[in-house]
Amino acid sequence: MSFTAYIFYFFAFMTIVSAIFILTTRNVLYAAFALLGTFLGVSALYVFAGADFLAMAQIMIYIGGVLILILFGIMLTNRIAEHQYLVSSSRNSFFAVTGGVTLFGVLIIAILKANFTSLLWIQEAQKKASVNSTMEKIGENLMTDFVFPFEVAAVILMAALMGAAFIASQVVKK
Amino acid sequence: MNFKLFIYNSTFNMIPLEHFLFVAAALFTLGVVIVITKRNVIVVLMGIELILNAANINLVAFSQYDSALMRGNMFALFVIVIAAAEAAVALAIILQVYHYFKTANIDEINELKG
Repeated sequence: MSFTAYIFYFFAFMTIVSAIFILTTRNVLYAAFALLGTFLGVSALYVFAGADFLAMAQIMIYIGGVLILILFGIMLTNRIAEHQYLVSSSRNSFFAVTGGVTLFGVLIIAILKANFTSLLWIQEAQKKASVNSTMEKIGENLMTDFVFPFEVAAVILMAALMGAAFIASQVVKK
Repeated sequence: MNFKLFIYNSTFNMIPLEHFLFVAAALFTLGVVIVITKRNVIVVLMGIELILNAANINLVAFSQYDSALMRGNMFALFVIVIAAAEAAVALAIILQVYHYFKTANIDEINELKG
């Protein structure tokens, strides 16, 4: 096993350990910080899958945007002065863990039985094996084949931002 | 080391496709368990983000064998966009629910009509 393979398994390990920490910790703030490790690890896995643009987008959007948003949410919805409000207790632990282990087993068996490397298009790609930067191709795709989803995504983002601002500005009385 | 060579080596010679899928399966399962067990609304939102990330790893892992069209990468990009929009709207709703119920615990938020 070479050095780059070790780096891959290190990041895979970091991703999963951070996710397990989110599951086991009772402190919401610690869970948000562990989410940082998961997002970073996933971004590194994107690099190993040859998706350089998505790795950068993952860091900028998830860590720079979504995680900050979640941290603001935690600060605004938990009374920090009284520490017990930061605690997130668990319910249905037994059934959830049993179901989770079953689901994981089914997925692993399915992946092992599927034998993806015998697929024709994957074998052909392995023969050619030419990997370039994905950025140019993504730019071309967005302006040609994917121009309609691109515009729809723009409208959805604008609607979501306006909707979020509108919902958050309502004054609700009990 | 040349970056292009680094990706080439790591993609086609060393890391099998299955190992990406194993990580994604573990991440997906953990996300589902977090959504089921946790009581805090925001931690449930984190679980949903984990599930979306697991799906993205699968898309990107298969997309490396599709360097001509790169459809998996495009799909993953749109998933990221939708996830960002979803997080913004969900947190706005969570803030309003918190102002109304004075709690972020799912089990105590149990009525729709005020």
